[in-house]
Amino acid sequence: MKWELVVGLEVHAQLLTDTKIFCGCSTSFGAPPNTHVCPVCLGLPGALPVLNRKVVDFAIKVGLATNCTVARMSRFARKNYFYPDLPKGYQISQFELPILEHGYLGVLDDGGAPKDIGITRIHMEEDAGKLVHPETPGADYSHVDLNRACVPLLEIVSEPDIRSTGEALQYVKKLREILVYLGVCDGNMNEGSMRIDANISVRPEGQEEFGTRAEIKNVNSFKSLEQAIIYEQNRQIDLIEDGGKVVQETRLFDADRGITLGMRSKEEAHDYRYFPDPDLLPLVIEDEWVEAARDTLPELPDAKRSRFRSQYSLPDHDADLLCQSIDMADFFEEIVTLHDDPKAASNWIMGYVLRDMSKDELHSVKDAPITPSHIAGMLDLIKAGVISSKIAKDVFDAMWATGKEAKVIVEEKGLTQISDTSEIEGIVDEVLAANPDEVAGYRGGKTKLMGFFVGQVMKASRGKANPGLVNQLLKSKLEG
Amino acid sequence: MSSELTLKKGHELRALLDGGEVSSVEVARAFLDRIDEIDSKINAFLTVTADLALEQAEAADKRIREGRVKPLTGIPVGLKDLLVTKGVRTTCASRILENFIPPYDGTVVAKLREAGAVFPGKLNMDEFAMGSSNENSAFGPVKNPWDLERVPGGSSGGSAASVAACEVPLALGSDTGGSIREPASFCGIVGVKPTYGRVSRYGLIAFASSLDQIGPMTRDVKDAALVLDAICGHDPKDSTSIMKEATDFAGALSGDIKGVRIGVPKEYFVEGLDPEIERAVKDAIAKLEELGAEVKEVSLPHTEYAVAVYYLLATAEASSNLARFDSVRYTTRVDGSDLIDTYKKTRAAGFGEEVKRRIMLGTYALSAGYYDAYYRRAQRVRTLIARDFAEAFKEVDVICSPTVASVAFKHGEKTSDPLEMYLSDIFTIPLNLAGLPGLSLPCGFSGEGMPIGLQMMAGPFREEVLLKTAYAFEEATDFSRVPGL
Repeated sequence: MKWELVVGLEVHAQLLTDTKIFCGCSTSFGAPPNTHVCPVCLGLPGALPVLNRKVVDFAIKVGLATNCTVARMSRFARKNYFYPDLPKGYQISQFELPILEHGYLGVLDDGGAPKDIGITRIHMEEDAGKLVHPETPGADYSHVDLNRACVPLLEIVSEPDIRSTGEALQYVKKLREILVYLGVCDGNMNEGSMRIDANISVRPEGQEEFGTRAEIKNVNSFKSLEQAIIYEQNRQIDLIEDGGKVVQETRLFDADRGITLGMRSKEEAHDYRYFPDPDLLPLVIEDEWVEAARDTLPELPDAKRSRFRSQYSLPDHDADLLCQSIDMADFFEEIVTLHDDPKAASNWIMGYVLRDMSKDELHSVKDAPITPSHIAGMLDLIKAGVISSKIAKDVFDAMWATGKEAKVIVEEKGLTQISDTSEIEGIVDEVLAANPDEVAGYRGGKTKLMGFFVGQVMKASRGKANPGLVNQLLKSKLEG
Repeated sequence: MSSELTLKKGHELRALLDGGEVSSVEVARAFLDRIDEIDSKINAFLTVTADLALEQAEAADKRIREGRVKPLTGIPVGLKDLLVTKGVRTTCASRILENFIPPYDGTVVAKLREAGAVFPGKLNMDEFAMGSSNENSAFGPVKNPWDLERVPGGSSGGSAASVAACEVPLALGSDTGGSIREPASFCGIVGVKPTYGRVSRYGLIAFASSLDQIGPMTRDVKDAALVLDAICGHDPKDSTSIMKEATDFAGALSGDIKGVRIGVPKEYFVEGLDPEIERAVKDAIAKLEELGAEVKEVSLPHTEYAVAVYYLLATAEASSNLARFDSVRYTTRVDGSDLIDTYKKTRAAGFGEEVKRRIMLGTYALSAGYYDAYYRRAQRVRTLIARDFAEAFKEVDVICSPTVASVAFKHGEKTSDPLEMYLSDIFTIPLNLAGLPGLSLPCGFSGEGMPIGLQMMAGPFREEVLLKTAYAFEEATDFSRVPGL
């Protein structure tokens, strides 16, 4: 039997506000335990939440970028459960009336045809703290760190529209890209800034009714997402084909082993007893607020890509890579403003900037030791024939290492290309004189030896000879 | 001198302090002596903070000398023990918070400190404000100063008893379903429940967040107005606090109530109402008419559903509000075999019977499959009750009724029947559901000499007309008395 995969994703994105969602404490990562806390996020008796307006701004932007409807009135609700990292015994979230609904993101299906993945809802909520378990074996205690408690999250819930791992990955990548573009989330999955729960089921191809789903928690990288879906799909298919039944349950993804493990069944599922939080008034969003947010939206990834293709005549691959982050796209455009050769700029970014960023583990090109003017200056020198492309590679490395402009490096290191015919002619003559056998060979028809002569001349000139001139002179002397 | 001082009301002490006739320290000493002398009889205080009070009194004297006086500077104010006080144990009269010393002040407490008020201590109450008799305190019941065999009412029983017994001139209580008005009525004092949102709840340990409101408990209306002026106002730390300008209720007590329209709700004069109370309240209404008010009958048709609605919504909110008392951080902990067992043991040992009963009720009302039938439906009826008041207040300015259907009952009389106890609040609960302001003030005594309370209610943010009407009545009558303890 042919089986069809059905996936819906719940993505939790941590928002980049300076302060927490319901109090003024800092959201910064890595502080000593329980130092970014106050009566509100500690859940002390008598403390009350006050909504951070910036969280709403961010949510509205995300909604607009994912084609959602912004609710004129939404409500916060309490999700009640006991856990030591949850100081109030409930999480303030949204339930019946979320701020955003009915959105979608476009992806390509496995056949390459465009399709929309529906977004059911996006809501705001607070994060819990975290438990720090002691390393001593058999310890009968754990520590609670509440720095993260009350940090703002968006939960983005997709429709069960995803039919393949490819679609799932594209959806999450697109979502991540949008969040990062909007500057509302840093998108760092390994630090937990984006966390994914996947609802996975299978059904016989052609069947309309959904199969029973399992919710997979703790999927925290693209690789894990792919592995979890494949593992779970196969597990469910095997189970059914062996005459078993998929049960509705929550399963945990074990990234080390690449498998999912049962966590709790439907019967053990919590009854969260959601009800509207009486400490927070209904959130009313007037049109002006939405329009103000719309005015601050940057050009979104898809629009930028398509503009890069047409405005700069770039191939899809280049446009895709350059537009993966707004910083890189801006970096590219600045180079082009200074030196109008988009393809050359793109080549240097894709070939060298990205290589060195990855080597130095830089997240943003803004953190790189060079600026667009470095690259543009270097391209100017190449175009003017001052340096060759080959020398330019050394110049690039030197710029990256020192942060100096290309011109300065070329001057300091005496890398200026030799374009003086008589000087090159002298070297060519020396090379030809030193290699009589090869000269004879060439003249006897081994024209492939041209590469050898060019190499020797370049070596003798320490790479500075103008390659065009070298070729021209060699040719005329060997064949003339 | 000292015992005479404790007979003074807040505004009388103000005059003495401003005139330099007494010092704040002398006032504080007088009241601390009084507490020392009689509190063992009534058990109104859970914590006496004599050192703090004297320190504050000295600072107040300095302010008075420097001319930086606010209306409450140097005047003792008792605090119900659900108001969070920095550095001073705050128990909610519960074992589970027996050793909780808050690291912060609630907004109202901070405002009073700022105004130079003096804090003699924290007052007994029903545990987590759940009760109508103050018999639910983990630290023993409060006795009614008029008759030690009787209850003072609840949940602000300690606040009411301490003011009636002249242990403090002023106190703060909180009112979720009548918890200020009912004990004020039982103890023969004035108690005001402000409009929801008028007074910040930041630092009030929540029972039912959509209903709770802090208010004054005093010996007369003028004092209530003074305290209200000091504690009202928008607070950015409480999202449900309303943007309103500073109030001057004390300045609005003209004594003139000509043309004030008084409504008498027929649903509040029904079978089961003590005839002595009915007579006293009707006499009071006649008195108001005599003073120039216009009286007419009004109807609040959904009154009979109020208690049921209240015990669904208030318990639902409470079940969630009390979840934070989980032994992980500040609560008393009873260790169990694992985490869940620790939760269970801690909460089983830490909460009293009534609190557990209400947590269970509320948890049930919010449970999957019951939410629509109970919680959601109760919210709808709540809207109808609020609409009743909105209609009535198109016709009248103030609605008058008995505060409670009986005078203070005896200890133990209703403890075996929670439902009967819940009915103590039938006249006070509707107002909380509608979020409106109300007060109780003395309007007579029963044959056995127990105080009777008159409830006045008004539309949203109409505390001024409420206080003005109450003041006129108080001026024209003589029911504000001190029990002979």
